[in-house]
Amino acid sequence: MFLVVALLLLAAPALLPAFRLELLAKWLCYAIVAVGIHLAWGRGGMLTLGQGVFFGLGGYAMGMHLKLADAGPGALPDFMVWSGVETLPALWAPFRDPVFALAMVVVLPTVTALLLGTLVFRQRVRGAYFAVLSQALAAAFVILLVGQQGLTGGTNGLTNVRYFFGLDLYDPAGKRIVYYLVLGALLAVFLAAWQLSRSRLGRLLVAVRDGEDRVRFLGYDPAVVKTLVYAVSAAMAGIAGALFVPVVGILGPADLGVVPSLEMLVAVAIGGRFSLGGAIGGAVLYHYASTGLSETFPSAWTYLQGALFIAVMLWAPRGLAGLLASGLSLLRRRRASPPAAPAPEEVPA
Amino acid sequence: MSRGLRSPFVALGLAVALAVTAGCVGEAPSGGAASGDTIKVGVLHSLSGTMAISEVTVRDAELLAIEEINAAGGVLGKKLEPVVEDGASDWPTFAEKAQKLISQDRVATVFGGWTSASRKAMLPVFERNRALLWYPVQYEGLESSPYIFYTGATTNQQIVPGLDYLREQGKKKVFLVGSDYVFPRTANKIIKAYAAANGMEIVGEEYTPLGHTEYSTVVNKLGQARPDAVFNTLNGDSNVAFFKALRGAGITADAMPTVSVSVAEEEVAGIGPDNIAGHLVAWNYYQTTPGAANQTFVAAFKARYGANKVTSDPMEAGYNAVKLWAAAVAKAGTTETEAVKAAAKGIALDLPEGTVTIDGENQHVFKTARIGLVQPDGQIREVWNSGQPIKPDPYLKGYSWATGLS
Amino acid sequence: MAILNQLFIGASMGAVLLLIALGLTFTFGQMGVINMAHGEFIMIGAYTAYVLQGVGLLVALPVAFLIAGALGVVLERLLIRRFYGRALDTLLLTFGVSLILQQLARDIFGAPNVGVTAPAWLTGGVGPLPYSRIFILVLALACVAAIAVYLTRMRQGRRMRAVMQNRQLAAVSGVATERVDQLTFLLGSGLAGVAGVALTLIGPVGPSLGTYYIVDAFLIVVAGGLGRLGGAVIAAFALGVLNSFVEFWTDASLAKVVVFAVIVAFLQIRPQGLFVLRTRALT
Repeated sequence: MFLVVALLLLAAPALLPAFRLELLAKWLCYAIVAVGIHLAWGRGGMLTLGQGVFFGLGGYAMGMHLKLADAGPGALPDFMVWSGVETLPALWAPFRDPVFALAMVVVLPTVTALLLGTLVFRQRVRGAYFAVLSQALAAAFVILLVGQQGLTGGTNGLTNVRYFFGLDLYDPAGKRIVYYLVLGALLAVFLAAWQLSRSRLGRLLVAVRDGEDRVRFLGYDPAVVKTLVYAVSAAMAGIAGALFVPVVGILGPADLGVVPSLEMLVAVAIGGRFSLGGAIGGAVLYHYASTGLSETFPSAWTYLQGALFIAVMLWAPRGLAGLLASGLSLLRRRRASPPAAPAPEEVPA
Repeated sequence: MSRGLRSPFVALGLAVALAVTAGCVGEAPSGGAASGDTIKVGVLHSLSGTMAISEVTVRDAELLAIEEINAAGGVLGKKLEPVVEDGASDWPTFAEKAQKLISQDRVATVFGGWTSASRKAMLPVFERNRALLWYPVQYEGLESSPYIFYTGATTNQQIVPGLDYLREQGKKKVFLVGSDYVFPRTANKIIKAYAAANGMEIVGEEYTPLGHTEYSTVVNKLGQARPDAVFNTLNGDSNVAFFKALRGAGITADAMPTVSVSVAEEEVAGIGPDNIAGHLVAWNYYQTTPGAANQTFVAAFKARYGANKVTSDPMEAGYNAVKLWAAAVAKAGTTETEAVKAAAKGIALDLPEGTVTIDGENQHVFKTARIGLVQPDGQIREVWNSGQPIKPDPYLKGYSWATGLS
Repeated sequence: MAILNQLFIGASMGAVLLLIALGLTFTFGQMGVINMAHGEFIMIGAYTAYVLQGVGLLVALPVAFLIAGALGVVLERLLIRRFYGRALDTLLLTFGVSLILQQLARDIFGAPNVGVTAPAWLTGGVGPLPYSRIFILVLALACVAAIAVYLTRMRQGRRMRAVMQNRQLAAVSGVATERVDQLTFLLGSGLAGVAGVALTLIGPVGPSLGTYYIVDAFLIVVAGGLGRLGGAVIAAFALGVLNSFVEFWTDASLAKVVVFAVIVAFLQIRPQGLFVLRTRALT
C-alpha cells in the first residue's frame, strides 16, 4: 500500500497540470501539520487549537527571507515601501542570511512551544483549559501580526513571493521542484513521527494521555514528555508553514487564526487522529474536498462542512482510518478488535 | 509491516488516489473563453466568512449587469456565462480561485475582490497569466498593475476631496479612527501629509482590530481630544459598534461630525440610520445620485433583488466594471487580453454615477467625488461634489504635499 | 475625568464579558462541554431582538432566553448527550453546529448586518454614562443575582450543583442527572440568548456576530475557574477594567494581546483559575 501511495505521489507531477499540482503541494503542507497534530492530539491527548501560530512562525521566517532575497541587497520588501517603512527593521536584518532563516523555521515554533508548554503543562493545565489557551494564543498572534503592518505586512501578509532560492515559482519546472521538496519533507516528518511513536518517549506519551497521574507516580514527569512532543508538533507545523510560502506564494494572518487552526485539527479528526496515515489522508482529503466542493457547490459547502464534522464525531470518532480499519477487519472475519488505535474515549479532563 | 500500520496507509492511499484522479478529471478541457456560443466570465467574491457582509451584494450587482448585457444580445453576438466562485474571505483562496478561473474555466476576464489583501493576493496570478481583473472597490492607491482595471476610487478621488471639504468647512483639528489594516493606515498617512501642508492638526490616531466591537475607550479618547471632525476609515462591522458608542456617549454630528469612507447605504442600514444620521460620508455614487442611468439601475436592482434593497458605491462600481469590460470587448472585437486593454483606453460610458471614462495611463477611471450627508431614512443626500470627474492619480503625483509618500 | 470614565468603561466592558461568559460557566464550566456554538446562541439572541424590535427590548429578553435555551436543549438531546466524558470531541462537533447556524443566519437574514435601533428610553445618558451601558451593567448583575439565588436557594438549582460536584453521588442520591443536564443546557444557552439581545445595543448584528465574542467568553471562564460563578464575575470585571486601561494608554490591538499574556501569567499562579472547586478526585 505504502508503495502505491509513494508511486502515485512521485508520479503526480507527470499526471497533473501545474495548477492542480500546486494545490496538491498545498494539501501536502497541511498533511505535514497533520502529522504533528497526530502526535500531540492523537498520541498525547493535547488538543492544540493554535497550530496556526507555529505554522505562521515557520512561514514568516521563510517568507521574510524570500521577500528580502526578492528585493535584492539594500532594498526593502514591497509592502514596507507602501507601508512607509524607510529602513529595514532590525528584526528583519538577520533573515537575509538563508541559513539563519532556515534555522528559524524550526527554532521559532519550537522555542515558542517549549515556552508555552513549560508554563502551561508544569502547572498541570490540561484538557479543555489547554485547548482554550492555545486557541487564545492563535487569536492574540493574529492580532499582533495585523497590528504591526510595517513589520509583517498586516492583514495582507507577505504576498507575491516569486523566487525560492533561485527557482522561478511562476515556472512549472520550479513548481515541480518545490512539490518534490514538500513531498520529501512529508516523508521525513512521517518517518520521524513513526520512529517517535515507537520510541520510549512515544510510549510514555500514550501513557500520559491515558493516565497522567499514574505516570507521575512511576517517577516520570508528564510535563516534560508533553512539552517535548508539543514542541515536535510545533516544529512540524513550522516546516509546513515554511513550505507553504513558496507553494502558494502568499502567507497572511487569514491562514493562521482561530478558524484555520481549527480546520487543521478537524482535518485530522476526519482522517483519524489515532492513526498516522489517517491524519495525513484526512488533511489531504479535507482540503481536497474544501477546494473541490466549494468549486462545485459554493453556497452549500458551509452546510456540508458543518454536517461532515457532526457526522464524523457521531459515527466515526476514530475518523475514516478507524472506519476503514474496522471495515477491513470485518472483511477478514477477524475479531473486531481495534488495531493500533485505542478506544475512542477521551481521557477525562 | 505490522497489521496496525496497514490501515492508515489504505486511508492515505485512497485519499491521494482520489485527489490525483479528481485532478485529472477536473482538468478536462472546458473550451476556450470565446469558443462555442457563450463567453465565460469569472465573478470572484467572498460569499462566506466575514467579508460576505460586503461582497455578496457586489456580486449581485455584477450578475445584474451580466444579465442586462445578455438581454441586449450579449457581446460579440455571444451570451455571457458567469462562473461564480467564493473567495471565502481568505486571501490565498482568492489567488487559488483566480488561478482556477483562468486555467480551468478559461474565463475571458474576472470581476472580483474587495479587501486590499485579496487584491494583493490575486495580483501576481493575473500578471503571471496575463489575464484581466476588474476590481470594484475604493482602495488605498499606490498601485497600478497592467492587468488590473480599478473601477472604484483611488485616494485622490475620495480621501483628498473629503479633506478638501473639511477644510472648506473650517475644520482644523481632525482625529483619525481606523481598522488595523492596509487601507486605513495608508489613507491616514496621506491624511497626515495633507494636514501638515494645509494647516490642519491631527489630534489623535486610533486603530482597532478588524471586527472589533468595543468602542467606548476610543470614544472616550475622542471626548478628551475634542477634535473638530473625525476621519473614519473603520471597516465593516466595526462601524456599527463605533456609531452606537458615539451616540451612546451623547456626541452628536453637530458637535463632532465624522467623515466615513467605508460606510455606504448598505452599512447605514446595518448601523441603524438613527445612529449615524447627520454624519458625513465620501464616495462617488449614492442611490440618490440624479440621472436617468441611475434611475434605471436602481429600478432594475430592486426589481431583481427586492424592493427593500439599496444600491451603494461599491455595487455600482462592480456593475460599471462589467459594462466597461463589455464595451472594451465590443470595441476590440475579441476577448483577448492585450486587445481589450488597448481598446479600453479612453472608453467613456454613461453609467449610474455619470459619465465614466477609463484612463488608459493607469487603468483607473475618472470619477466625480461626492460628499454626502446621511439622512434619517437611511439614504444619503449629496451636499458637495467636485463638479467634474477627477482624473485618477493613484500615486498622488499631482499633489506637491504628497511627495515622498510613495 | 477621562480616567474616571475609563473606570466606568472598564466596568461596562466587564459586564459585556460577563454576560457572554455566564452561559458558558454552565455548559463549559459545569458540564465540561466545549460549546463552540455558544457564540451562535448569542447571535440567535441578537436576531431575536431584531425581529422583535417593534415589540420592545424587554419582551425580547425573555423570548431570546427561551428560543436560545430551547435550541440548546435540542442540541443537548440530539448530539451533545452522546459525548459526555469526551469534552474535546464536543468541540469539533459544536464547531460543525456553529458553521451550520451561521450559514442559516446568512440564508435567512442575508449576509449584511441588520440594524437594531435602541429603544427611545435607552438613548441618552447621565453625563458620560450612556443609559444603554448602564442597562447592560444592571442586566448582567441581575442575571448573576438570579443565578446565585437559583443555585443556592432553589431545589432544582441545588440539584444542579450536586450533579456538578459529583455526578455519581448525585445520581445514587436520587437526582435525575439527565434532567439536570437538560436544564443546565437550557440555562446556559438561554443566557447566551439574553447576552445577544444586550449586545444589539452596542454592536453589529450579523451572521458572524458570535465569532467576535467566543474566544473572550472561554477565556473568562478559564480565568475565573471552571464553573465558579463568583470567579467568572471577578474575572470578567478585572479583565474588562484591565483591557480598558491598557487600551486607553496604548491601543486596542495591544490591549487584547496584553490581556492574553496576563491570563497565561495568572494561570501560573492559580492554575485552576480564581476559585478552585475542591474535590478528592485525582484527575
